[in-house]
Amino acid sequence: MTTVSNRQSTDVALMAHLLRRAGFGATRNEIDEYLKKGYEAVVEELLYPDHGEMEDQDLVDRYFIASVEARSAGHADPQWAWRLATSPKPLEEKISLFWHGLMAVGGVKLDHGLEMLTEIELFRQFGLGRFEDLLLEISRNPGMMYWLDNQNSHKGAPNENYGRELLELFAMGIDESGEGAYTEDDVKAAARAFTGWASKVTPPPFFLGPFPMEFQFDPEDHDDSEKTFLGQTGNWNGDDIVRMICGHRAAAHFVALRLYDYFVSDTPNEAEIERLTDVFQANDGEIRSVLREIFNSDHFKSEEVRFKKMKSPSDLVFGTTRLVDRFEIPESDSGNLANNTMFMGQHLMNPPSVEGWHEGEEWVDSGALIERINFASTEVSRLDARGVQEMLERVQSAGDELNSEAFVDACLDGLGAIDASARTKSILIDHADRYGTPWEREAPDAIERTIEMFQLIVSTPDYQYC
Amino acid sequence: MTSNGHNGSNGSKRKNLVVVQLSGGNDYLNTLVPYQDGLYYDYRPNMGLKGESIIPIDDRIGFNAHMAPFKRLYDKGMMAVIMGIGYPEPNRSHFRSMDIWHTAEPTTSSAEGWLGKVTKALDPEGKNPVTAVNFGRGLPRALAFPGVPVASVGALDSYGLYTGLAGAGNRDALLDTVSRIYQPMSAEGFPSQRLLDTGRGALDGADLLRQAPSHYTSTVEYPEDNPIAQSLKGVAQVTSANLGTKIFYTAHGSFDTHTNELVNHALLWDQVSEAVECFWADMEEQGEAEDTVMWIFTEFGRRVADNGTGTDHGSGGGAFLIGPSVKGGLYGEYPDLSPTAQLEGDIQYNTDYRDGYATILESFMDLDSEPILNSKFSQLDLLAV
Repeated sequence: MTTVSNRQSTDVALMAHLLRRAGFGATRNEIDEYLKKGYEAVVEELLYPDHGEMEDQDLVDRYFIASVEARSAGHADPQWAWRLATSPKPLEEKISLFWHGLMAVGGVKLDHGLEMLTEIELFRQFGLGRFEDLLLEISRNPGMMYWLDNQNSHKGAPNENYGRELLELFAMGIDESGEGAYTEDDVKAAARAFTGWASKVTPPPFFLGPFPMEFQFDPEDHDDSEKTFLGQTGNWNGDDIVRMICGHRAAAHFVALRLYDYFVSDTPNEAEIERLTDVFQANDGEIRSVLREIFNSDHFKSEEVRFKKMKSPSDLVFGTTRLVDRFEIPESDSGNLANNTMFMGQHLMNPPSVEGWHEGEEWVDSGALIERINFASTEVSRLDARGVQEMLERVQSAGDELNSEAFVDACLDGLGAIDASARTKSILIDHADRYGTPWEREAPDAIERTIEMFQLIVSTPDYQYC
Repeated sequence: MTSNGHNGSNGSKRKNLVVVQLSGGNDYLNTLVPYQDGLYYDYRPNMGLKGESIIPIDDRIGFNAHMAPFKRLYDKGMMAVIMGIGYPEPNRSHFRSMDIWHTAEPTTSSAEGWLGKVTKALDPEGKNPVTAVNFGRGLPRALAFPGVPVASVGALDSYGLYTGLAGAGNRDALLDTVSRIYQPMSAEGFPSQRLLDTGRGALDGADLLRQAPSHYTSTVEYPEDNPIAQSLKGVAQVTSANLGTKIFYTAHGSFDTHTNELVNHALLWDQVSEAVECFWADMEEQGEAEDTVMWIFTEFGRRVADNGTGTDHGSGGGAFLIGPSVKGGLYGEYPDLSPTAQLEGDIQYNTDYRDGYATILESFMDLDSEPILNSKFSQLDLLAV
């Protein structure tokens, strides 16, 4: 039609894309609010979340009493699920989930809710800053030290677990043949450098409470002999190991690759990743700088990567929950949201291994797809939810009478300005045709038919991508 | 309704394969204990098992005492214990090593699972969405292969689409349209074909599997609080429904016992061995035992020397093939623990894991192993005559 409306719909679609990737999507009304600020201003707002305690923390604590100073990892779930579902700082949660998957600590071993939440908070605080600072923090995180057995790594008897995973899984990576930019000797040197780094438990804050953990360095138990790490010889401590890792191009490339995978596309684009590697190195390893480069790049904005990233279970669950917007207060049902991601293969605070989760297509097997469709179709059926009411109003305001195509388009727009492939759309239009034509706002079954179209849209393969 | 049309009690040539993955790296030395070898106790000053902690198999080797049900199955002559199984140039990363076992490719990375290829060979057109069924969360790479549908099931009873939708008076209309969307030939507009195939398999398999428990009765009581037992009960339920399922997969763990191994390893083996014994009692009762064979493996063994309270990642290990059609006994050689025989502190493997796969494929599944394993491997003499 007119250039202006095409331009507007392009802007809407782009903003929706940014918010699906930098967060967990947004309602159609929220997208309109963001649009008033402009794309690059929204990017900056996302990159600089005002870190600190949330206004509703007292309320969350009152509703989820068992999650305060949580004993087990399972008790801690509702706290994080509430943030993922409602935080107005979506990138802070999204980047925390990224690091939680990359530097995975699992409740199956660290069954300690307080320490789990401490770690998620660490990711919120340091997750957008310098990679080196984050690695130094995580290396002093008592939960991590326990998870990777560093409390059992002693002078003369190093436990290699932390040294190995730091190199392989957290910071440098291995290629498809299992080779890294480091050797087995580097693993052993790193393990020796981290001897004496451990955690201890402290007295609980209240009777029968959990025992908070503290980092502790024992110089007596630290191997202070000479070590050769990544070709450099010296009396290295853990801090030196982290510094040398972060100065290595392999680390910059590793982080760039993982950020690209998580925020841009399941199919790596090596030229983009090399560019991001340069940005990482030019900005002292600041994650925020790499993300700014990503979000403002033509590549990220292009059609080439839109709807090409498989939603993780968290994207699906919290994205749909935010759309439906049904929680006024942290009621107990919101605490169960984390169970839904678990059923789809992403058990928050309990990743399957230190490797975290396999992203991309591997998320969706037939069992997980059934869980996804059942969850999302149930959510968009909740007539009493604010978000569903807004979605219905959007469709109603599209016109008193709509042909099937306009009806499907209005429903897609109402669900957060999403899109579907031409083939999927034609089947949805055909569905609308077959079950009554055309759509009329005053028809007695107008609401039922609209909800049914919402149910179908969230069941499509298209909805599994973001 | 089995794909080879044979369901008799004498056992068909093509067995149903049940794979149990011990995730995390099961400590071989404390599973099959070389209790007469002084070196074992030298290397395991804290973790060495002695006396009542061992159930002797012969005068050299014994099961961990928490594997008493395994000893009973072994004594029935239906368990082959494959000692010293592994692959060349071991990798001590869980993930890489697990991929090596899953893809039957020790040197190059592959996204194609060996059991995915088996499923493809059994059902080339992908006509039966439940030829392979995984019990558990997420699909293991062993079962991944483009175009091969694999059902992945948490709980059988509530499996299906829109089963919990309130009202759901429109369930048929929804299913009808969703079924038209998930058609495998139409990848246009999507990053790949795989999701459409997955959707197709999910829809076709869901109703079949959900009804499976209604065909099943058994006097065997699987312990409720044992997840691997519950998964194996699901296997038995699907087996008894005669849906043509040939490959079953499930996993249990974590066997990653860097610390506190004596306690955790014992608990894990209590669970696994109890579950496996229940399963075989059930298979006998269902009349499916002769038609079934079970393979139990782990991604690697652990270091020969303990680290005080646990063991670190190592290489080489043991695997088990179980079933009345299996010629029970000890196979392979128990790895030599002497320092010169070790590989960087680990035991050396002497039986290639793909010999085990080739044997399963040729002797128990009547399949040509070469196209699946990309090479010809030795056969182990495991088939009972």
